[in-house]
Amino acid sequence: MSKRILTVVSILMVISFAISACAPAAPAAEAPATEAGKVQVFSWWTGGGEAAGLEAMIKVFNAKYPNIEFVNEAVAGGAGTNARAVLATRLQAGDPPDSWQGHAGQELIGTYVAAGQIQPLNDLYEANGWLAVMPETLIPLISKDGNIYSVPVNIHRANVMWYNPAVLAANNVAVPTTMEEWFTALETLKAAGVETPLALGEQWTAMHLFETVLLGTMGPEKYNGLWDGTTAWDGPEVTESIANYAKLLTYTNSDATSLTWQDASQLVINGDAAFNVMGDWAEGYFKELGKTPETDFGWAPVPGSVGSFQFLSDSFTLATDAPNPDGVKAWLTVCGSKEGQDAFNPVKGSIPARSDGDKSLYDVYLQSAMADWASNTVVGSLTHGVVANDSWKNEINTALGLYLGTLDGATLQAALTTACAAQGPCK
Amino acid sequence: MIRSRSRYLLYIPLVLAALFFLLPMYVMLVTGFKSFAEVNLQTMWDLPQAGIKLDNFKEAYRNLAPSLGNSFLMVIPAAVISSILGSINGYILAKWKFKGADVIFPLILFGMFIPYQSILIPLVSFMRQIGLYGSIPGLVLTHVIYGIPITTLTFRNYYATIPKELLEAARIDGAGIIRIFTKVLLPISLPSFVVVLIWQFTSAWNDFLFAVALTKPEAWPVTVALNNMAGSQIIAWNVQMAGSFLAALPTLVVYIFLGNYFLRGMMAGSLKG
Amino acid sequence: MRKRVDKERLLGVVMISPSILAVAIFIYYFILWSARVSVSKWTGLMPDYTYVKLQNFIGLFHDPRFSIDIRNTLLFTLLFVSGSLIVGLILAILLDQDLKGESFFRSLFIFPMAISYIVTGVAWRWLMNPAAGGRISGLNLLFDKLGLDFLINSWYTTRVWGIAFIAIPAIWQMSGYVMALYLGGLRSIPQEIREAARVDGATEVEIYRHIILPMIRPITLSALIILGHMSLKVFDLIYSIAGKQVALDVPAIYMWQVTFDGLFYGRGAAIGILLLISVAVLIIPYMRYSLKTEESL
Repeated sequence: MSKRILTVVSILMVISFAISACAPAAPAAEAPATEAGKVQVFSWWTGGGEAAGLEAMIKVFNAKYPNIEFVNEAVAGGAGTNARAVLATRLQAGDPPDSWQGHAGQELIGTYVAAGQIQPLNDLYEANGWLAVMPETLIPLISKDGNIYSVPVNIHRANVMWYNPAVLAANNVAVPTTMEEWFTALETLKAAGVETPLALGEQWTAMHLFETVLLGTMGPEKYNGLWDGTTAWDGPEVTESIANYAKLLTYTNSDATSLTWQDASQLVINGDAAFNVMGDWAEGYFKELGKTPETDFGWAPVPGSVGSFQFLSDSFTLATDAPNPDGVKAWLTVCGSKEGQDAFNPVKGSIPARSDGDKSLYDVYLQSAMADWASNTVVGSLTHGVVANDSWKNEINTALGLYLGTLDGATLQAALTTACAAQGPCK
Repeated sequence: MIRSRSRYLLYIPLVLAALFFLLPMYVMLVTGFKSFAEVNLQTMWDLPQAGIKLDNFKEAYRNLAPSLGNSFLMVIPAAVISSILGSINGYILAKWKFKGADVIFPLILFGMFIPYQSILIPLVSFMRQIGLYGSIPGLVLTHVIYGIPITTLTFRNYYATIPKELLEAARIDGAGIIRIFTKVLLPISLPSFVVVLIWQFTSAWNDFLFAVALTKPEAWPVTVALNNMAGSQIIAWNVQMAGSFLAALPTLVVYIFLGNYFLRGMMAGSLKG
Repeated sequence: MRKRVDKERLLGVVMISPSILAVAIFIYYFILWSARVSVSKWTGLMPDYTYVKLQNFIGLFHDPRFSIDIRNTLLFTLLFVSGSLIVGLILAILLDQDLKGESFFRSLFIFPMAISYIVTGVAWRWLMNPAAGGRISGLNLLFDKLGLDFLINSWYTTRVWGIAFIAIPAIWQMSGYVMALYLGGLRSIPQEIREAARVDGATEVEIYRHIILPMIRPITLSALIILGHMSLKVFDLIYSIAGKQVALDVPAIYMWQVTFDGLFYGRGAAIGILLLISVAVLIIPYMRYSLKTEESL
């Protein structure tokens, strides 16, 4: 017996020595955070184009500030699942990263600013003249009481309908622009035997679809009203939106809950589905799969939402008690600079938050998004933290999750109304 | 015991069960050997077309190497210290019952059953207060402490079966509480140590929750690094699966070589709860 | 002599006290902290300990999502515990037949315990892929190829009963452990008892039913407790296979989501406390029982 144990112990020892020999020498102990010349930046960009984009921006940072060490504290979790929990825990324990990723909008204002966790950056905006180059629509979303609280690096669009041009052409279906046209198109495709006219994925993608249907059904003004209390959640617009949503669900795949957003959008690429509603990070995914815009996949605003740009934006913050605020400001300066944004965005597959990005660096889809961003009515995304704070969003998510099980529209509307009264601006 | 030739029929359910137990490992391995273009859910059962290549494993290893090292640095002390503490506690609780011991023991045991997600926030705050937040020693301490209930239980149950006479003989020879432990009990505790060490090794190695909440990048163990390999956009499943296999390898090695001792210890009642 | 014993007993208390202190802080202090938060108003990032009585608990009992959680947990527990016990017992009986290769099978059946769901979750997700028609894959594809079409199903995406299928990977992981416990029990039964029964003309099935199974009943109880508390706390398994969706929600996932995604700390802590109470209801009678029976030995 002891011989066996000896064998195992020695195998494990050999493995661990081999590993530690290959591993880059890790610092023996964690250096105190107060050490100057160090910036800890927390994000959830750990893989694919996002990580590569972040690396590109870090490269710019390192070239400009060779004396400041950039500590990449990214933790995985799409839309920040694990990452957000880790961040919340660290904030409560009083050990915040120096700078972290937050969606512009209520996620930032209603959560971090409300808790006094981040500092205003007005001086940085003035010093860099960013007010002149950042879109006017964006600044109020990252401000409270005249203070600006984060530096947005990119813009994503949420209300994009991706389609497979070949599938549409084979069935003589034109790209729909209104809800009615969309239903007709879906019906035609279903009748023609297309297995999945509209591809859908796991629960959060259902919420993503829901917010675009709200926008597509009631238009941007009423949609904005949902979030400031001027459009009633128990009103006819929401009833109609839920009815439209219910109708759309009848054209979706039965295995939706087992699919990630990538799986769902891939159904369109593979020709198994005609349409999919997903944010424009899907385009980055399609390109990584080696697909060509306009031939392998097409895009249009979600029907009914033509002329509206439903956006979300990733931004970076400065922690209230950051030990090295100058280092963080150096990082934020890179985040807000043309050079930083043009390094990050083409790789990540998003458009720059600044309006003066170099168009030639971006592909055909992103160029079209840049044009729309400049000309459309801008509204915020729910799923991605712009229009509702985390608590409200979570209640909506639960209501929607329950609805997906029961398909009981009246209960959903009642729950949404309650959620707005409990967590939102409705009284 | 079922005799006669029909006993060979018993292999049918056994082999079927074995196939069922191997299914996920098959999927992992076969995908780990495929090229990215070959990964497709519809062909997940097929063997890799281009033959066996180690590229994915090499790439995964490059990503995981530093954190594999961290995992070893964390798991070995965590398992050893909590086993030693468990054996001391078990010894006292089984053989030197003090007033209140019968209350203390269930109270320690109950710790095994708490849902760890619910104590994450005070845990992180506490670790920060004592200055161990973010580092490997902090994670070691956490695993040691949350391992105490199970290790104490195992040793206490084992020592309870040791006849009193054995200890009394030692006492007559003049041995005290510590001498009895080191000279009489420890030498016959090997089976329990094997069970407890393996159990602790495995649970600390596989832990994700404490690791992600308590460590910073330079101290990340392999589970966190593995989770980070998959970004939120494109996921290279072949590399991911290869990485999963690498991350599971140390515990697999332990089970393959020591599994029978573990089983024997367990079957002898060590880990019955 | 008596003095020496007292002194040594004191030394014993000193030896165990670090562990007691650690447990007091890391378990009981933290539980108390959770209990305090569970009766507070705390919503949002910053602590707010305003006392709100049992509001968070009352809210949960009116919460349709929490009803789903309870139902899912009960269903999952029932299937996972009974499934693991049955599979474990069958495997143990098979391996008790003194077959060649026993130790190989034994190790094989226990190895899933060594691997976390962080590692196998994706493999299980692929295996239990519910896609039909042209996209068929996973076990469904295997069934299709083997001509076992009647087994094709939509797994955990099955409406209402989806949670039942989550028990499959859970049984996969824990039935080997149950097998080991039972095998230990079977091995401890003296051969003479079986021989005597055989001489009396009992068939093998009868021997198991009337003699062996009653003798290993205490093991069933231990296994029940271990499996039961695991299933009340189930989190990683569901999360890694199916993500966060209300249809497959369980208390631990709700707690996680409501705390860290929704920042409802009070409600999250209330779920944690309810979980703890349900575990306690399961465990405490058992601990009392097993401590008592032990003393009578």
